[in-house]
Amino acid sequence: MTALVIRGGHLIDPAAGLDALKDILLKDGHVAEIASPGKLKQSNGAEVLDATGLTVAPGLIDMHVHLREPGQGYKETIATGTAAAAAGGFTGVAAMPNTRPVNDSPEITRWMQSAERAAAIRVFPIAAATRGSKGEAINDFAALKSAGAVAVSDDGLPILKDAIMRETLSAAARVGLSVIQHAEDTRMTQGASMNAGATAFRLGLRGFTNEAESSIVERDIRLVQELRDARAHLHVAHISTAAALAAVRQARRNGLRVTCEVAPHHFLLTDEHVGLYNTNAKMCPPLRSAADRDAMIEAILDGVVDAIATDHAPHAVHEKEVEFENAPNGITGLETALGLSLRWLHKEWKLPLGRVLSLLSAQPAALLNLKGRGTLTVGSFADVVVFDPKAEWTYNARETRSKSRNTPFDGWTMQGKVRWTISEGRIAYSSVVSPMSISQNGLSS
Amino acid sequence: MNRSATPTRRQLHPPPVPALPFPYHPGSLLSASDLSLDEISHILKRATALENQNPLTRDRILSKRRVALLFYESSTRTRTSFELAAKGLGADTTLISSLSSSIEKGESLKDTGLTLRALGAEAIILRHNSSGAPWLLEAETRLPVLNAGDGMHEHPTQALLDLRTILPPLAPATKTCHPERAQRVEGPASSVTTPAIDQVTPETLAGVTITIVGDIQHSRVARSNMLLLPRLGARVLLCGPKELLPELAAQAGPGITIERNFEAALRQSQAVMMLRIQAERLAGLQLDLEEYKANYQLTGPRLAAQAPTVIVMHPGPIIRGLEVTAGVADGPQSVILEQVTNGVAIRMAVVERALTAENPQGGRA
Repeated sequence: MTALVIRGGHLIDPAAGLDALKDILLKDGHVAEIASPGKLKQSNGAEVLDATGLTVAPGLIDMHVHLREPGQGYKETIATGTAAAAAGGFTGVAAMPNTRPVNDSPEITRWMQSAERAAAIRVFPIAAATRGSKGEAINDFAALKSAGAVAVSDDGLPILKDAIMRETLSAAARVGLSVIQHAEDTRMTQGASMNAGATAFRLGLRGFTNEAESSIVERDIRLVQELRDARAHLHVAHISTAAALAAVRQARRNGLRVTCEVAPHHFLLTDEHVGLYNTNAKMCPPLRSAADRDAMIEAILDGVVDAIATDHAPHAVHEKEVEFENAPNGITGLETALGLSLRWLHKEWKLPLGRVLSLLSAQPAALLNLKGRGTLTVGSFADVVVFDPKAEWTYNARETRSKSRNTPFDGWTMQGKVRWTISEGRIAYSSVVSPMSISQNGLSS
Repeated sequence: MNRSATPTRRQLHPPPVPALPFPYHPGSLLSASDLSLDEISHILKRATALENQNPLTRDRILSKRRVALLFYESSTRTRTSFELAAKGLGADTTLISSLSSSIEKGESLKDTGLTLRALGAEAIILRHNSSGAPWLLEAETRLPVLNAGDGMHEHPTQALLDLRTILPPLAPATKTCHPERAQRVEGPASSVTTPAIDQVTPETLAGVTITIVGDIQHSRVARSNMLLLPRLGARVLLCGPKELLPELAAQAGPGITIERNFEAALRQSQAVMMLRIQAERLAGLQLDLEEYKANYQLTGPRLAAQAPTVIVMHPGPIIRGLEVTAGVADGPQSVILEQVTNGVAIRMAVVERALTAENPQGGRA
């Protein structure tokens, strides 16, 4: 594998406490050397990327995406989903198991990681906690882990039975996996299509109540408390209500291993963004009230939130061009997460750049136990994002690399333009024509 | 990472909520709140003019224009009323109902709408069981769409016909008419019938209280009326049990108050709209009907004791013996059949507006 030098950039590696101008040498898929500008010792013959004026950071990691393969390639494939991820600055995505069939086996877990999927970046499968995600019988977590699963979850079909959830938490803890729960008491959300509240009443739609989320989070925390000695790790997916956040906050004060992620749409939008039945503003959990949205922002600023995750959920155009109640839940998010986080969390709400990047790389890597990822210390994987932190640009959903374009952020102003995404030493995305090909063209003309 | 920093409490300036878009087509009527007071006045004027016009000349207004009635739910009043209205203006109508069309085979609303447009439909009147469906149909076809009831959301022509029904008795003519018209009221020609009121203002219903009773949660009639009536100065009281009337209904707009005591609501009201319990939308909710009747049924004695002059309305269908007794439905205070009659006049005006409005300016992004 050829060596790659990223020269003249501003390296920010929150996990290593590094924030300085550095040159960096990538070799054989790993970080080989970091040095002050112009001081690399082993860079002879390496291809050079000029990162002057740009930020160089550990490749982003999205711990919650839906890549739709196997089974629903018309919405997304692993190839298209990871291409969108690379364009968004991600070098690793954790893929939820609600595929067709459900990823509840080592075979599917391996199939998703196979080279034939032509992934642009690394895919980390999250395996189903229970067989078929039916919430009845738990899977063989040890076998799933050795096949490459990084966590277990029945995302979208939360585990409602206390006994099964307890067994899941304790079995996962035994093999060192975290349990990711989509917190929704589905018995309370029949027919619901948006947040319960004045807007839902006005639009004549049935609502998801906050309690449907917080009651499951509270129940799960009770179970973690009971399994305290087993060091069970509960990770709350796409948390969206102030009440659930309060429960997580309290659990942490009590020393429990309870973590959570927030999606960009939940710290930016409210149920009023549903407007007049915009199906691209329909997801689960739904866009909440302004008070809940503000609580998400505060929790991110306060450090209660452990990760920003997109819940990238592609759906074909025809599936979203239907009556609001009949439209599937979910929006895409891989290409907009960094631009929105920098535009709002960093620029507007003054969260330091290093902390924004940590929420998008170091912290999710730690939550999923991804060794050598989320940092750029020598020896770690050569997963890098290089971006212009000041550049403003407008997102155009029609130009997406995803197969789907169901996003509420079409036309939004983003901050921070990705120049290169490098996955294990290989350029997975580039927004510029490479200097090499320019010079070749120059010679031939 | 340092997580022990004191929590920051700052003024957040989150992304703004975009303004609600207007319909693409100026002939569309999707929500009661789409209409300005001038447009409402125009519709009321045209309703009266069209009602009084010779049917043989009225027939030429929309002669051979094509109007599709697309009905995903059963309907007696609304469907017949729209059909008679369109035919009364000379339009050709065609009815597509979900049980006798490709909708049964799984055709989407978008495809059904595009098919109707390709067949020459110039406007679509839509009744649909999903809230918001008319917005989708309009966005996909760019035709004028008339909302004939969408899910639990809105039924704007019902609100307009209800308005036409209550204006003559509740809005004093002198308060709302032009001066010259007020003088004419004294003339011999107008003394025979109540003059139609055709110019509404934010004060037209000032001092008037209208109570909507019963299954507010599932009622599109309630939503359209509670959006429309306060804009004319009326106070709207909502009355019903918690299961059918959530507290947050009062936040749906200005001028809306919840009064759970039916007697107290009746005593304050000049008009009362009784609603049917929408069994088909209760979604498993169990109601004690005897208790409901005890608290909310409009009976002769209740009416005589609390509101001997109140106007009794009902959008239909009535379940006699549940929300109202037969005696009240048929009694002297009932204007239920006038509402039905007014529906044809209002819908003539609304169908005419749909097919004669200027070409769309693209109001929605």
